[in-house]
Amino acid sequence: MKIYRIHALICAGAQCLAAGGNGFEDALKEELKKHDLTEEVNIVETGCMGSCQLGPLMVVYPEGVIYTKVKPDDAKEIVEEHFLKGRPVKRLLWKQEEKQFPTLNDVPFFAKQTKIVLRNCGIINPEDITEYIAQGGYEALAKAITEMTREDVIKVVKDSGLRGRGGAGFPTGLKWELAYKQNSDTKYIICNADEGDPGAYMDRSVLEGDPHSVLEGMAIAGYAVGAQKGYIYIRAEYPLAIKRLEIAIKQARASGLLGKNILGTNFSFDIELRMGAGAFVCGEETALINSIEGKRGEPRKKPPFPVEKGVFGKPTVINNVETLANIPVIIEKGASFFRKFGTEKSPGTKVFALAGKVNITGLVEVPLGTSLRTIVFDIGGGIPEGHTFKAAQTGGPSGGVIPAEHLDVPMDYENLPQLGTIMGSGGLIIMDETSCMVDVAKFFLKFTVDESCGKCTPCREGTRQMLNILEKITTGNGTMEDLDRLERLGNIIKLTSLCGLGQTAPNPVLSTLRYFRDEYIAHIKDKRCPSNVCSMKGEKNERKVLNRRLA
Amino acid sequence: MDKIKSIEELRKLREQAQAFLKTRQGEAKVKVYISMGTVGIAAGARDVLLAILDELQKRNFTDVQIIERGSMGLDVEEPVVAVERDGIRVYYGHVTPEMAREIVASHVINGQIVSDWVIAKE
Repeated sequence: MKIYRIHALICAGAQCLAAGGNGFEDALKEELKKHDLTEEVNIVETGCMGSCQLGPLMVVYPEGVIYTKVKPDDAKEIVEEHFLKGRPVKRLLWKQEEKQFPTLNDVPFFAKQTKIVLRNCGIINPEDITEYIAQGGYEALAKAITEMTREDVIKVVKDSGLRGRGGAGFPTGLKWELAYKQNSDTKYIICNADEGDPGAYMDRSVLEGDPHSVLEGMAIAGYAVGAQKGYIYIRAEYPLAIKRLEIAIKQARASGLLGKNILGTNFSFDIELRMGAGAFVCGEETALINSIEGKRGEPRKKPPFPVEKGVFGKPTVINNVETLANIPVIIEKGASFFRKFGTEKSPGTKVFALAGKVNITGLVEVPLGTSLRTIVFDIGGGIPEGHTFKAAQTGGPSGGVIPAEHLDVPMDYENLPQLGTIMGSGGLIIMDETSCMVDVAKFFLKFTVDESCGKCTPCREGTRQMLNILEKITTGNGTMEDLDRLERLGNIIKLTSLCGLGQTAPNPVLSTLRYFRDEYIAHIKDKRCPSNVCSMKGEKNERKVLNRRLA
Repeated sequence: MDKIKSIEELRKLREQAQAFLKTRQGEAKVKVYISMGTVGIAAGARDVLLAILDELQKRNFTDVQIIERGSMGLDVEEPVVAVERDGIRVYYGHVTPEMAREIVASHVINGQIVSDWVIAKE
């Protein structure tokens, strides 16, 4: 293999590309050619490194120097000073609170994270299967199919306590066992990559940065439950993730790690991509199954559950991207290794997409049970100068808010529901005092009204009526009875909707009513928006536009 | 790419590929430091660097990091190359591309210090 003295890892996640990463890479290549360094410097496009706000990012090894916000004009200086003379360009290093952090490991944002799911993201080239293998990739699949029985695999996953990372937190091992017990020649594994929550992009980053880990997880699931075929259901809005998945599947097939008789055993498993057209409801498992079958993306009645009667009427396991990316680590290192992280009932880590009014936005992976305070202040660098933390929205449009008095809540599957919110898939939107909580609730409700498929009445009509009431309140026409009406309607929708979309849609309203009722009352009684966001009776406000951008 | 037919073949491929990623993990058996200050470059450090890379490539030795540094102040001895192996760092002075090749062959790869050219140890 070729020896390079420098590995320059350029983040090629969608955010960094959007920030102009391509232009920088081209300029860098041009400069390297000029200085005749192409044989010495290996440029690698990696997946998302996490700190998206400071992109485009580049990490230069062997030193591990991290450059932020690199522009094409910077390429010349980096090549001449760093690559040629070994002097890192100081002005481009990571700066925080007037301190400079020369290497990746010094930066608190990275040092305080625990990476299991994102173990390879930003380190390997996602378009090269050999780099994944070098990091121990496909070892777990090999171990499972050559040294373990199907029952062993299920037992390890059960013992690990892994819970579905899509939001509901259903024990993955139990789901596999239920599918394993089904008597059928044909079974399917589906990877749910239909990530739709506003502001959430954990799954996309895993698929862009480490697609093989998901393929490996699916193959192991296939072996355990006795499936021969898997589908990845991914949104068409993720072109880069689709491209990298296609490359990964092709390479895995060529290497004999997918397809017939994997590694010379009797086990055969293949994976196919299915693109969704961007309907939020298709992230719901039964609607997703309909969509794969070519039908209209509407949820089905449960039971029968997908493990009994799923895609094409056959037993089907549906797991989220992040769940599957955990599987290879659990199989290779064992259940007890996985249990070292997180809490007793919520082991492992969770990736959060940190967004909104926080200094460093991006992807963070922390052990479950980490406090919200640690995530926002220690890793995210706190709230921008001059503002104060007001609330955090978890679970996107299906979740609720966590107010400042609960900043120390451990983020896990037990504690969040007690506060009236949910873990969700990992969206974490931070809000400061400039956000109006009624307006935030209205924003999320508007999203679910738009995305409701219309099949069941409570969701189709009920959410629309709730939105009407919120419109009334935010324009200064609300009455105190409206608050009771909102609560009653919300609780009925939760109980009577057909699928998860409707069952969780009232959460943002109910949760803001619980913690920020005074803001609702100010809108109604004083005809005043405490955060100056809602324009009461046509009153204009310049800050409105600014604040809308957050939500 | 050829099909991987057994777990042994997978592990073999992994070992080969791992060496390639060593540079990225910040850990390697041997570290080679080259002074690339203005004096070093004027004295021919660049050619020495290229010779080291070429020799490593020829001998297919990947468990090594090559790190450029600024001048250490001993300009009279430039180009200076330091090799760190088994916890000892050895400095060589007035290194030519030919000397560099021999340093790679005997010290970097086989651990035999070329004592005639050593100017300092730490």
